[in-house]
Amino acid sequence: MSVPLSPRFFAKSQLQLLIDELRHRSYSVVGPTVDQEAIVYGDIQSIEQLPRGWTDEQSPGLYRLKRRDDDAWFGFVVGPHSWKKYLFPPKTTLLSAEKIESGWQFIPRSADKTKFALLGVRACELAAMRIQDQVFLNGPYQDPLYRERRKQLFVIAVNCTQAASTCFCTSMKTGPRCEKGYDLALTEIDSGFLCEVGSERGKEVLDAFVSLARRASEGSSVDSNSTVDNVSTYEAYDATPEQLKSADYARQQAVDQITKHMETSDLPGLLLSNLDHPRWKEVGERCLSCTNCTMVCPTCFCSSVTEVRDLNMDRVERERTWDSCFNPDFSYLGGSLVRNDTASRYRQWLTHKLDGWHAQFGTSGCVGCGRCITWCPVGIDITEEVAAIREGTSP
Amino acid sequence: MTTSPPTLHENPWFTHTVRITNLIDETEGVATYQLVMIDGNSSLAYEFVPGQFNMLYLPGVGESAISMSGDPARKDGWIHTVRVAGNVTKTLARLQRGDTLGMRGPFGAGWPVEDLVGNDVVIVAGGLGMAPLRPLVYHLINHREQFGKIWLILGARTSEGLLYPTEYATWQKRDIEVTLTVDRATAGWNGHVGVVTQLIDRLQLPRPEQTHLMTCGPEVMMKYAAMSGLRLGIDARQIWVSMERNMQCAAGLCGHCQLGPEFICKDGPVVRYDRIRPYLFVEQL
Repeated sequence: MSVPLSPRFFAKSQLQLLIDELRHRSYSVVGPTVDQEAIVYGDIQSIEQLPRGWTDEQSPGLYRLKRRDDDAWFGFVVGPHSWKKYLFPPKTTLLSAEKIESGWQFIPRSADKTKFALLGVRACELAAMRIQDQVFLNGPYQDPLYRERRKQLFVIAVNCTQAASTCFCTSMKTGPRCEKGYDLALTEIDSGFLCEVGSERGKEVLDAFVSLARRASEGSSVDSNSTVDNVSTYEAYDATPEQLKSADYARQQAVDQITKHMETSDLPGLLLSNLDHPRWKEVGERCLSCTNCTMVCPTCFCSSVTEVRDLNMDRVERERTWDSCFNPDFSYLGGSLVRNDTASRYRQWLTHKLDGWHAQFGTSGCVGCGRCITWCPVGIDITEEVAAIREGTSP
Repeated sequence: MTTSPPTLHENPWFTHTVRITNLIDETEGVATYQLVMIDGNSSLAYEFVPGQFNMLYLPGVGESAISMSGDPARKDGWIHTVRVAGNVTKTLARLQRGDTLGMRGPFGAGWPVEDLVGNDVVIVAGGLGMAPLRPLVYHLINHREQFGKIWLILGARTSEGLLYPTEYATWQKRDIEVTLTVDRATAGWNGHVGVVTQLIDRLQLPRPEQTHLMTCGPEVMMKYAAMSGLRLGIDARQIWVSMERNMQCAAGLCGHCQLGPEFICKDGPVVRYDRIRPYLFVEQL
């Protein structure tokens, strides 16, 4: 885009029109919603499904939903889900095999037509998507499903206005401000949302949304039951200097609340050159090898393929599911396991994420979202483990 | 079907149907298959770099990464020498001529054949490690004038395990110095007994700085073969090893085959020794 528009402002309830507009354009809108005592990502048809008035409390091994003392719509951080479940689904069929008279024939997966609009993507999650783009699109081979879904994706980012004790995006230089990689980016303030445009497609949707909003306001002005007393609340207009200031203040709160830090100046290098460090054994004794950290990580991409066959073996589907380097079978080789203890698996995960990833994809594999810290049942903190490896190392 | 199959870049999961057109029993539990693609008749169909591999797929059982073991100049099918090890290879061993299976590939980085031009080459194979090296031998023979001296040192547990014995004489004729060794002599064996490194150590390299060493076999054998090569004065950057790891996607997308920062499926299986050395013998890496 040549000239970025100045941020628009619209009232909170208007977000419904944006959702409607996207649905009208045949997007499946997905966003945060409260389920199973957590804020998770799911189908969103109505603004009523958003976690209005909820927040999350997070620390190593702990996640709790709490009521806010205000009515904020995006007053939480990140939960156990990440958007990767839409671009790189936990379970998908790669191809099927059918036995016909002449033998086996193989039918590739047909092109995916699902268009997702993600509502509420945080800066660290935008960074995670850029990292998975490197993994799935920028090597010698591409993942076809990821490519199709990514191409069609519409991204509505939301700037964080608070941080959890587990957040360290500032260390990883991924946030908290949404800088790029979105179509639209929202900042929530008391009276509504400020909306920035990040792409031509975003501008198009915003323009359509504005005219929709205008029509809605015209409709509401003749609606005697309308509780709205001011037509302007139904229109998106350029944000006022005061609103811009409120948005700056709200975003700064997130920056100010971040206390966790990970030193990155010697990454990559530090971990792969300390493969014999005693800390691996020590953390291996605490780690349960439960795979939680890899499941919640927005960049972890390991998978396995299993054979799903019908009873008479005439039709077989190859099904890909998320896998984890913490699963013992993951390193199976010629009848035995390469990584046969938990310490070696933790070492694989951390060296890959923070060190080997640079060589493979030109970026760290960590965005500082803190999920692996929160969702670790024994509260292992990735930032502490890196610091401990560094400490026991002569410079 | 009128649509042409997508490239592996577009869809690394694209699987061809191949038919077994020939089957040769090599040694106990090892057989060589000729596989012809029923949907592929283009002249590029069987193109590969020596050292690369295909994923062979037995529906309902799974896939296995198997190196090409045939002549890269031949265009009449994929040649794979397979040892029965897991479920996939066990099922493959029950198939017969005329049966079909799935195949995708070729994948991976092969032997650095361009680097070898004008240079001397030491090839060290252990057991089934000869299979991925045979296309290299064929390539060197096909362009024999481009290369200097060539040694092939081939070891196995017993003489039974020495692959492709009927071809050694032909290779010798094409000016490849073939030496054999076994760990254990059985009746009728009157050649060397001992590990391959003893034979490497005895080599008199006329120009070690222009000599490259290519090795494939058990990891521990490759380790000592590389060390022997270094002692002879071969630069670590001119030593190449072919690694084996759990390969599932073959395209660097599933994460299984990592060794340090390398994806063995896509950065390998043939990797330069100096790059892999720090990770090669770290326990449980």
